[in-house]
Amino acid sequence: MKRRNIILTSISILLLLVFIFVADSSFDAYKVRILNLCAIYTVLGLSMNLINGFTGLFSLGHAGFMAVGAYTTALLTMSAATKQQNFFLAPILPPLDRLNAPFLVALLVGGLLSAFVALLIGAPVLRLKGDYLAIATLGFSEIIRIVFTNTQRITNGALGLKAIPSTTNLWWSYGAAAFTVVIMALLISSSYGKAFKAIREDEIAAESMGINLFKHKVLSFVIGAFFAGVGGGLLGSLMGTIDPQMFKFAFTFNILLIIVLGGMGSITGTVIAAFIISSAGELLRFLDQSINLGFVVIPGISGLRMVVFSALLMVVVLFFRNGLMGTNEFSWDKVIGLLQRRPLIKRRLGQ
Amino acid sequence: MGHMTLDLFLQHLTNGISLGSLYALIAIGYTMVYGILRLINFAHGDIFMMAVYFSFFGVATFGMPWYAAFIVAIILTALLGMVVERAAYKPLRESPKVNILVSAIGASFLLQNLAVVIFGGRPKAFPTVKLLQEVMTIGSVTLQRLTLVIPVVTLTLLAGLLFLINNTKSGMAMRAVSKDHETAGLMGVDVNRTITLTFGIGSALAAVGAIMWGMKFPQINPTMGVIPGLKCFIAAVIGGIGNITGAVIGGFILGVGEIMLVAMLPSLTGYRDAFAFILLIVILLFKPTGIMGEKISEKV
Repeated sequence: MKRRNIILTSISILLLLVFIFVADSSFDAYKVRILNLCAIYTVLGLSMNLINGFTGLFSLGHAGFMAVGAYTTALLTMSAATKQQNFFLAPILPPLDRLNAPFLVALLVGGLLSAFVALLIGAPVLRLKGDYLAIATLGFSEIIRIVFTNTQRITNGALGLKAIPSTTNLWWSYGAAAFTVVIMALLISSSYGKAFKAIREDEIAAESMGINLFKHKVLSFVIGAFFAGVGGGLLGSLMGTIDPQMFKFAFTFNILLIIVLGGMGSITGTVIAAFIISSAGELLRFLDQSINLGFVVIPGISGLRMVVFSALLMVVVLFFRNGLMGTNEFSWDKVIGLLQRRPLIKRRLGQ
Repeated sequence: MGHMTLDLFLQHLTNGISLGSLYALIAIGYTMVYGILRLINFAHGDIFMMAVYFSFFGVATFGMPWYAAFIVAIILTALLGMVVERAAYKPLRESPKVNILVSAIGASFLLQNLAVVIFGGRPKAFPTVKLLQEVMTIGSVTLQRLTLVIPVVTLTLLAGLLFLINNTKSGMAMRAVSKDHETAGLMGVDVNRTITLTFGIGSALAAVGAIMWGMKFPQINPTMGVIPGLKCFIAAVIGGIGNITGAVIGGFILGVGEIMLVAMLPSLTGYRDAFAFILLIVILLFKPTGIMGEKISEKV
């Protein structure tokens, strides 16, 4: 039983590696970009699900953490010459112009800085509950964005950063996604993960069982922010340009859509939903452009794509409250159980 | 720090009070809904935005006189608010709070994106109303007539609303439902009707605010409701959420504070929008119940 699962898992990992290798060498740039987005949104979705889904803290500050990661990674990987070209309004602040690091180090520093910001924010804010917490985290995320718009000599203000080295490729993004999945799975099954879930179910009961509410909430918040920062760094490198407008509340909304669709509190669900939402985001672009049917041209309506997305969120939350997976996770036993049940029904029907 | 004359101070103060009155009108909607449902109506800012567009199209497309267009816009906005409540909140009334909050955020984005599709994403210019936008001089303070009209309208509506809540049957029903849905229902109050009415009134007040906002800041676009929406929610929290007079006081504090901050420390102009959020966090940390709010203790 156990051995079978190990074999199946190894085969799947091998298949995934082969797929990435093939995709990396033969897919066109557009498809590679979508695949990259799927993996990065997986990282971002999981980081938000840890805070909102597993620990039950309704935080809406994700865009802020992503911004911290994205800017840090960008500034650490850009060459001195590129920085000089970017900062033409006001010169970049001295130590930053020469600061440089390899991509992996830059990502980690981005994540750590984001986690540090989360620690500073979390220490006061995590005392709040429910919608007060939601609005306070949203407020902090906006403050980060406004600060980034105004610190001309550090972030280049509203102009943003252009020509960020595009290091993100399928190996980086899927590597990061796999790393995040593994860490989340380990964390959730550890005693910390059990404490997180206990807090989600009932704070008062959890506290009376001896769980230090504050410590665990801050921990979940900080770890989530770390991965959000890493995801932001990957995204910035994939896009090539970032500016403060990118990190508005609408970005947090996209990630929220992923975790609600996948199921608050399911790693599997988040992964599936991240792939659905990021491919749908690209595939539905046709809604915004005009369609030529040969005999008639249907003019595209810009913004229709986002209408579909917001309507989707409403439908999920109104009619499928648990999302795709609820709080369930993928396991080989379940899949095989499902496969074995099918023929049984067929056999019965055949009689 | 700039040196400020008394005249200049009065000029900024009137501007601040005027802006604060607009915040107050929108904040009332948040506080009423929170009082009755314990829900942040994220869509409130977008209902506000829709009201601006309703009046824009009334005047610009249908050629209505401005007062008629404004009345139609107020009615349509009230209806929109009630529709949002029925469609997005009522089905989730018994579900966990997070679901309702997600639904509210979804409704907000749906309205915004629908507005982009239907009205177009490019900014439009709100029609001018000569009677209200004439510039006049009192002593040495120069201002639009509108700047004085706004606080008068706000305070009149506040008085009317307080009368409605304290002295009418519907108002009594609202107070009862906000205390306890179930018990109010058992006492013969039509809970659903009362909640819908609350959304209608809140949205109508937001519409009045929106129309005056459009005249004051005539550039309109589909995302114009987001920042005022957030700020007015903050105003409601500052005043003590659930308390209508508190919301108005919160609105004034925020409006005057914002204008004075920019006037006294011009180097912080870029941080103007951050002021509200910083104020929110300070209030939440030190006096989460706001200025007029009651203390709520948690029952196990």
